[in-house]
Amino acid sequence: MSANLVGIAIIDILLFTFLVVTAIVILRLRNLFGVVMLAGVFSLLSAALFVTLDAVDVAFTEAAVGAGISTVLMLGTLALTVREEKKPSHSAFLPLLVCTIAGAALLYGTRDMPSFGAPDTPVQTHVAPDYIARTPVETGVPNIVTAVLASYRGYDTLGETAVIFTAAIAVLLLLGASGKRREDKDSEGKE
Amino acid sequence: MEHHSILRVISKLLIPPIILYALYVQWHGDYGPGGGFQAGVVFAVAFILYSLVYGVDALTRIVSPRLLHAFAGIGVLIYAGTGVVTMLLGDAFLGYNALAHDPVHAQEWGIIVVEFGVGVTVASVMMTIFIAFASHNPPLKDEDW
Repeated sequence: MSANLVGIAIIDILLFTFLVVTAIVILRLRNLFGVVMLAGVFSLLSAALFVTLDAVDVAFTEAAVGAGISTVLMLGTLALTVREEKKPSHSAFLPLLVCTIAGAALLYGTRDMPSFGAPDTPVQTHVAPDYIARTPVETGVPNIVTAVLASYRGYDTLGETAVIFTAAIAVLLLLGASGKRREDKDSEGKE
Repeated sequence: MEHHSILRVISKLLIPPIILYALYVQWHGDYGPGGGFQAGVVFAVAFILYSLVYGVDALTRIVSPRLLHAFAGIGVLIYAGTGVVTMLLGDAFLGYNALAHDPVHAQEWGIIVVEFGVGVTVASVMMTIFIAFASHNPPLKDEDW
């Protein structure tokens, strides 16, 4: 058991190191194509972290949405805009100060948080045991995450579905529906 | 695009398993990881991959954007409609227990139906957003690869 824990700790440390390295490289890079690709790598690393935390549903979502769809959409945005980030016109002193203070406050805040992956946190001991006990009896669904999402917290998931629907409406309002506009332009150009 | 035969062959090989996997995730969400949201994304990815290799126009010939817009709304309606049906059957909004005589069965049915609604909306929305972005971009020329 302890060898297993050491193994998980090593994997966690490796993944967190890669995460930090990826984040720093994203900050330093000016080539936005590289930034988008590295953001996909960042998502994939996060997904691996979720797997080590046994949150496979979240890992699945992160890998599919974060590393997959959003990378493609960001590439689409790049093609619509520019591929190189502009040099900042102002000095980096004030942003650095704000980030340092905010980061220090966050680090101070983590002192009160339970240790990483601890099983005796309020999250694990408050409603989770209740759901674990009730789900097999009341729904017969083996995947408790699905039961919580679709049944116990069905209102929330309905709201999320509506949010996704709203996202589509927003994008269509901003960019225009379907490819009709471009076809019109093309035909005008030919004439 | 005609020269990229490796891309075309590989994507043709990949797309059917991706769709099959999306359907597996959709209908087995109550047994394994995943559910409507992930299944919808994976399903959309199959079509987006097709579009990346063959062009947006090839995709819009298969699924028209109007159809996708309709299905984005239909998915939400399936979800909310399940809630209305359970209300009409005498339970609370989205209280699935009224859907069948046995509450455990009713829960399972309710979950499958609303997850289907989520999957339909997510797949249509992802494709809609992709098409909206991609159809504003000029198609990639061979020199851009």
